[in-house]
Amino acid sequence: MAEPEGRAAKGEKGNRPALVLHVPEPKYRPGDTADFSHIAIGQPGDQPRPDEAVHPSEIAGLAYGLIRVLGDDNLAHGPWNPRLAPETLRAMLGHMAMVRAFDERMFRGQRQGKTSFYMKCTGEEATSIPPAMALASDDMVFPSYRQQGILIARGYPLIEMINQIYSNKADKLKGRQLPIMYSSREHSFFSISGNLATQCPQAVGWAMASAAKGDSRIAASWVGEGSTAEGDFHSACTFAAVYNAPVILNVINNQWAISSFSGFAGGERTTFAARGLGYGIAALRVDGNDALACYAAAEWAANRARGNHGPSLIEYFTYRAEGHSTSDDPSGYRSAQEREEWPLGDPVNRLKNHLIAIGEWDEERQVAMDLACAEEVKATTKEAEKNGILGHGLHHPFHTMFEDVYEELPWHLKEQAEQAIRERITKFGTERPFG
Amino acid sequence: MSAGMDTVTQTAAERRLNMIEAINEALDIMLARDPDVIIMGEDVGYFGGVFRATAGLQAKHGKTRVFDTPISECGIIGVAVGMGAYGLRPVPEIQFADYIYPGLDQLISEAARLRYRSAGDYIAPLTVRSPFGGGIFGGQTHSQSPEALFTHVAGLKTVIPATPHDAKGLLIAAIEDNDPVIFFEPKRIYNGPFTGFYDKPVEPWKKHPDSVVPEGYYKIPLGKARTVREGEQLTVLAYGTMVHVAEAVCIAKGVDAEILDLRTLVPLDIKAIEASVEKTGRCLIVHEATRTSGFGAELSALVTERCFYHLEAPVERVTGFDTPYPHSLEWAYFPGPVRIGEAIDKLLKD
Repeated sequence: MAEPEGRAAKGEKGNRPALVLHVPEPKYRPGDTADFSHIAIGQPGDQPRPDEAVHPSEIAGLAYGLIRVLGDDNLAHGPWNPRLAPETLRAMLGHMAMVRAFDERMFRGQRQGKTSFYMKCTGEEATSIPPAMALASDDMVFPSYRQQGILIARGYPLIEMINQIYSNKADKLKGRQLPIMYSSREHSFFSISGNLATQCPQAVGWAMASAAKGDSRIAASWVGEGSTAEGDFHSACTFAAVYNAPVILNVINNQWAISSFSGFAGGERTTFAARGLGYGIAALRVDGNDALACYAAAEWAANRARGNHGPSLIEYFTYRAEGHSTSDDPSGYRSAQEREEWPLGDPVNRLKNHLIAIGEWDEERQVAMDLACAEEVKATTKEAEKNGILGHGLHHPFHTMFEDVYEELPWHLKEQAEQAIRERITKFGTERPFG
Repeated sequence: MSAGMDTVTQTAAERRLNMIEAINEALDIMLARDPDVIIMGEDVGYFGGVFRATAGLQAKHGKTRVFDTPISECGIIGVAVGMGAYGLRPVPEIQFADYIYPGLDQLISEAARLRYRSAGDYIAPLTVRSPFGGGIFGGQTHSQSPEALFTHVAGLKTVIPATPHDAKGLLIAAIEDNDPVIFFEPKRIYNGPFTGFYDKPVEPWKKHPDSVVPEGYYKIPLGKARTVREGEQLTVLAYGTMVHVAEAVCIAKGVDAEILDLRTLVPLDIKAIEASVEKTGRCLIVHEATRTSGFGAELSALVTERCFYHLEAPVERVTGFDTPYPHSLEWAYFPGPVRIGEAIDKLLKD
């Protein structure tokens, strides 16, 4: 092949500088002193609240700023204040306290060997509960794996969650899914996948179907900032924009994807909200530890979708206060100081302090509520344990393993089911050794 | 017996369609019968599809029932899963089977397992239509036969018609099926039943008995093979284009073969296969896809496991070679009459 013109004259390298590959590195590793003063968080109330019908390009600034409502004075500020009634705020706080209590107990249950796996959402409670409360209860949600708050906000029974986590005989998913991969059609809560970001185009498709049918329900998906690197997320943005789908694409930027910081998803270059702008999707960036801001952003996006003004992308800027799951130890990859140094505080405390500041709550009631949550979770756990815990044999009838692969059992699965039962009889002397 | 019709005596009332027309008619009927059926894909809307399978459907049924999509197979399948969760019955088209790979995660990890993982809370009643197979000088990106990737996945059904009559009835059954179905259309035989003798003029469908397509709604159940012709000397297991190629070779060689058109790979009509192989004692498997881990390997294993004591000779597989589909040498790749003839000779030699 002929050399391009001029290349030979310059030589293979000539005096061109050597290229450098940039491999992102988080600011702080174990043992480092964490300092987040470089993060621009602005002031509560400093971001404008546009009309929901606005063209995305007119609000590009909201993709780079940070919508905040709760100030250091614990009061609500500015145009994004959702002006919720005190009983709504108390319900919100109650759900957040319940999720925290639930996470504590389930995490401990995994450590005690009652199940294989658990994932807490500590520090991120405001990214699921307030948005769920801003949606209608029949709006369809396509969660990722850290949105247990939605189920709690929608009144899904705790015992069903625990049965699923234990994969016991009362588990509605028949012991087929990894713990916390819930599903409840009754609560308009889509089946959680373990593959990342697949739910994003599905939410868009559900929203397109709703629009095609002239329905009034909208859809919302949740995905971590790390998973926005998946093609599915970008397909979702493309389809949402092309069909002006009534959907909210929530991105939970909790800074960490297991041990990879947000830089590995592009966080060093721009915000995650800004990804919406290239698609022509309205984009908001929100203080994810500010329950009122989270509610207000979701409410704005829901109004926009319901008014046929199109999709929104919301980045919830937050911090994953605990490990990714029961399977990793964050002290092995990040500074233990980060959690306390996080400049946006703790979402439960901030909402509690707000309610106290407006004279609608006090520490005594908080202590009593936390205790009541812990007691309820404890009692429900004991109740669920009567249905069995993982690996203790009290699971669903054995044959259910072969059901629901197809609507009807094909011949090859019938044969394999017979084989499995034979193996069981060989091993235990009976098909149902555990009753 | 051909497609459920013992004899084909042409009358003025009989309508003869090519495979594209039959598919178009099935889609038209289902759009009219079921308001939840929705068709989407690249170029399927106003233009009617690059192979014309959806011609006229948008004009007739409207833009929210039949519409174009972005060039994103991941997105097409992903939104179809979401539409299915809503309660629609999406029929997405992937323009060429060769383009389906960006959508595989949504098919394999999502659509195929949704019923199972949600214990029936949600289902994915999609029918993914896609032209597949070669013989049209499509080069490596417009010729592949990736059916074995899908038959390997628990939860998916894979359907491949070989005639216009079957294409219509199977597609209607696939759309009504509550499980995700991969519906591969052998594009080499869209316009005529190609026999593999590529240097001879192509016969149009209208001369073939199975181009007689009844009007209106009918279904051919998934999981039922079709006996193309009965015979005593050997059993041929084939699907799609290769049904016609194998039949032509058997006729040319004067072999009394029993030819089964499998029609559905999963669920497979194992009873029909067992009955035929037990009768003939010899089995030839023909597919256009590459050989290693192809669906022929599964068929060969099943026949060997289940019919071993009836076999008079080792099972023979005739397939494409384990290379990408070469543009200029496609007839050297294609499992044509010479390769099939050699296998038949080997099967019948003792």
